[in-house]
Amino acid sequence: MRWIWIDKFLEFRSGDFARAVKNLTLAEEHLHDHYPGFPVMPASLIIEGMAQTGGILVGEAKNFEEKVVLAKIPKAEFYGVACAGDQLIYDVKVLDLRAEGAVVACKAFVNGLETLLADVEIVFAHLDNSRANQLFGPKNFVFTRQLLGVLDLAKAQQASLAEPAN
Amino acid sequence: MATQEEIFKKVQSTLVDALGVDEEQVEPGATLQGDLEAESIDFLDIVFRLERNFGITIPRGELFPENLTSDPSLISDGMLTPKGIEELAERMPYADMTEFAKNPEVDRIGDLYTVDMLVRYVASKLASK
Repeated sequence: MRWIWIDKFLEFRSGDFARAVKNLTLAEEHLHDHYPGFPVMPASLIIEGMAQTGGILVGEAKNFEEKVVLAKIPKAEFYGVACAGDQLIYDVKVLDLRAEGAVVACKAFVNGLETLLADVEIVFAHLDNSRANQLFGPKNFVFTRQLLGVLDLAKAQQASLAEPAN
Repeated sequence: MATQEEIFKKVQSTLVDALGVDEEQVEPGATLQGDLEAESIDFLDIVFRLERNFGITIPRGELFPENLTSDPSLISDGMLTPKGIEELAERMPYADMTEFAKNPEVDRIGDLYTVDMLVRYVASKLASK
């Protein structure tokens, strides 16, 4: 299984806002266990999807030079569930971005932007570079090629849409 | 200009949101780490919230100084030396050092972060706006 919990960016405004989509399908193994006969997307994985959306948004603002890690979730309120076949949309807004880290406000919607599913706030910390290098080496283990591929895909799709059809 | 009481109320609600504590727990003398169980990452969250709630800018290390005990010459037998206390007071001008100075154990530095200290810090930032 790949640890990527968003499928595509729908909108990306550097340092400000991102909207990503996550489609839920029965091909995802975890939905069969959570729960048998009632495939509900776990709230923790919805938060992970928001954190990936927000983490890329925060990382991109500093050209992915910082190691951005999820530090704290001060607020997470859920108002319903999302099941296999549903589509989740994650809206993430940067509330604050500074040298030490960032805080983002996230909303999850289900099947369009009418139904609010969750309201979450996430604090990210920028790992101290010298300490992180000691522990993990210079490689940026947060922004792997795999995760950044989602952003690359959105850019490629945008570029292909902008090209005139032959 | 906001009064001390107004600033305290806003600091109180900031800490309730950041730390998930009850309003009654956030008394002026409460310590952030000891009484309100704040962890290091909560300090970043508190800085974010104070900036947003009061419309102030808090430069890195100004409210919660970093590397306070990195200079070994300021510490002797787990206690801050008189010079260390002096330097600490300089870096934390909003903290009440009276009690700490009587028993300046390094492990007690965290007790200087109190609700009152935040109120004094915010009041001075608002006054200089």
